[in-house]
Amino acid sequence: MQYVDEFRDPELIMKASEEIRRLADPSRHYRIMEVCGGHTHAIYRFGLKDILPENIELIHGPGCPVCVLPMGRIDDGLVIARQPDTIFAAFGDMMRVPGAHGSPLEHKARGADVRIVYSPADALEMARKNPDKQVMFFAIGFETTAPSTALTLMSAMKQDIRNFSVFCNHVTIVPAIRAILDSPDMRLDGFIGPGHVSTVIGCRPYEWIAKAEGKPVVTSGFEPLDLLQSIVMLLKQLESGEAKVENQYKRVVPWEGNHAALKVMAEVFELRPYFEWRGLGFISQSALRIRDKYAVWDAERRYTVPETRVTDPKSAQCGEVLKGVLKPAQCKLFGKECTPEHPIGALMVSSEGSCAAYYNYEYRKALVTSISAVA
Amino acid sequence: MNEKALNSGTPAALRFKDTQIEMAHGAGGKASRRLVEGLFAPLLLDAPADRLTDAAHFEVGGANIAFTTDSFVVHPLRFPGGSIGELAVNGTVNDLAVSGARARTMVVTFILEEGLSTATLEAEVRAMSTALQRAGVIMVGGDTKVVERGKADGMYITTAGIGSPIPGVHIDAQTVRPGDKVLLSGPIGDHGITILLARNELDLEADLCSDTRSVLPLIEAIAAETASAIRWMRDPTRGGVATSLNELARDCGLAVELNEEEIPMRDAVRGACELLGLDPLHIANEGQFLAVVSPEYADIALNALQQTEGGEEARIIGQIREQPANAVVVNTRYGGTRIVDMLVGDPLPRIC
Repeated sequence: MQYVDEFRDPELIMKASEEIRRLADPSRHYRIMEVCGGHTHAIYRFGLKDILPENIELIHGPGCPVCVLPMGRIDDGLVIARQPDTIFAAFGDMMRVPGAHGSPLEHKARGADVRIVYSPADALEMARKNPDKQVMFFAIGFETTAPSTALTLMSAMKQDIRNFSVFCNHVTIVPAIRAILDSPDMRLDGFIGPGHVSTVIGCRPYEWIAKAEGKPVVTSGFEPLDLLQSIVMLLKQLESGEAKVENQYKRVVPWEGNHAALKVMAEVFELRPYFEWRGLGFISQSALRIRDKYAVWDAERRYTVPETRVTDPKSAQCGEVLKGVLKPAQCKLFGKECTPEHPIGALMVSSEGSCAAYYNYEYRKALVTSISAVA
Repeated sequence: MNEKALNSGTPAALRFKDTQIEMAHGAGGKASRRLVEGLFAPLLLDAPADRLTDAAHFEVGGANIAFTTDSFVVHPLRFPGGSIGELAVNGTVNDLAVSGARARTMVVTFILEEGLSTATLEAEVRAMSTALQRAGVIMVGGDTKVVERGKADGMYITTAGIGSPIPGVHIDAQTVRPGDKVLLSGPIGDHGITILLARNELDLEADLCSDTRSVLPLIEAIAAETASAIRWMRDPTRGGVATSLNELARDCGLAVELNEEEIPMRDAVRGACELLGLDPLHIANEGQFLAVVSPEYADIALNALQQTEGGEEARIIGQIREQPANAVVVNTRYGGTRIVDMLVGDPLPRIC
């Protein structure tokens, strides 16, 4: 498979892994955060932890849109789903995420018209084909998916499709990174920068991390070789005492980002003064809302939503895991009350969530090791 | 089975605690297993749930027979490489085959939706007829129900089949031993991905067909060479290879170790899975089977498969180990390992 196989070549991967071992100072412990949930998933899926030296610790970041969405937003969206003649459309990622009164899939089983779409444009098309229904698209994602939501809203205006609306939960990555760096219990050496988000925003927005915080950032692709090369680049910077932003994912990410995508986002969205992030709390100017010009299609204005606020169960330590302070298995509920099948926190739902990735790919491996260690 | 439980009508407490039925309970993964083990088996079945196979083997009037049933609710009804009628015959033939039996007779139930065109129905009945002839199975009866428009997706088909044991083949997860080899009959994921694409919800096209077929000739080919070497078989339909092998791991209390690079897969399946964030090991197959064979006969079994038409792409994809018990572990191409669990719910595409 072109563009994939060359980045999964076992020989090149072994070479990169050897280079990492050569570069890593054995007397030092490296704490590197991969910001993006896609990276977390890839690290577990390809078993990359097994081929890294032990003193390189990968900390899973907040870049999983489903994971950082507060439960109250899901409940608000599902209030709309329960209205008569209403279709609730969302990405597959959302379908198993629990609200206080069940997930979208559980609402579907109870009779709500819940549908999976692969793009917001599909939801708009659904509205065009079902003029007697209201179609509400539950929009989630960072800057990766926000442009397609923006384009869809522009298209709804152009075609004057009024039975369509968007419940906007789009968030922006940079304020979340800032919140993590501001967290007093956080100690990081560098960042594997997000890949997909950077195709839209480019690499420039991360420059303050290098300049002001003195931490290197390497924007990375999602294949095993991409991730290992990014770690090599980070180690080289750390060894030479440098801190700059580098782009490993040049085949996809332009340094300046995608102007057309940024333009449509600016046309449709504006920054919210603040937005709640699950685990991280309220972060100012960290999320997008729909501009007045598109108010007709804004589900938050069309429907009366209760603006539910649900605090996570006290025993669940999603916040600490999300910030990288705790490893998934260190949470009290991990693998007991909270499993991929019965998730309590969203980190256990999305396969990009660090808890689900750890549970699915790593957890029982660890159990075996501890059993054999005892034996 | 606990007779007291049967006779009292209401056994103490059922382990199935889910408050409502969701699509996941029919997806063949964890939720399905919970439903069968926690509700159906304790109230209805005359066997412990961990001894359930694809078909029941028992004695009637001195003759050993195998018996099974399967329902088909696929949408769309026709797809590249097959259709619901063909699936309905092959599915039951295969369930019997992987239990170590040759399908002999079958009965069928049609649930038809008001307004279904006769042409569509006739096409499916013809597809069934062809599949029956190919498998050498005789249809001996059936039933028809029609439901109101909107109450069924065109048509649902249920088949039940009786088979005769293939001499020398005894399938039992309890006989699986560390060191045994895991055989796979051919490339995975063709059926599931074909159906996903045939629904036209994705603007994706691929040159791909469902793999629906009878796997009996392949199993008989192994049995002819080395029947007693086969310890366990399963057709990895819903929930895919990962779910079938996790069931095996739990039923035998051992570990199944797979070598990722040995697992045959077409580029179109790999590509679609990469794009949608799906694991090919969770995707449904309708014309493949997995077999665990004793190590000293593994090459003979593989050779028998590869020499049979349709078995050319068969591979030994892994082996049984003691640890990690009850789990499936995959050796990645890069010297790492990962655990692969059963499917949870339906496979949902990942977008954001």
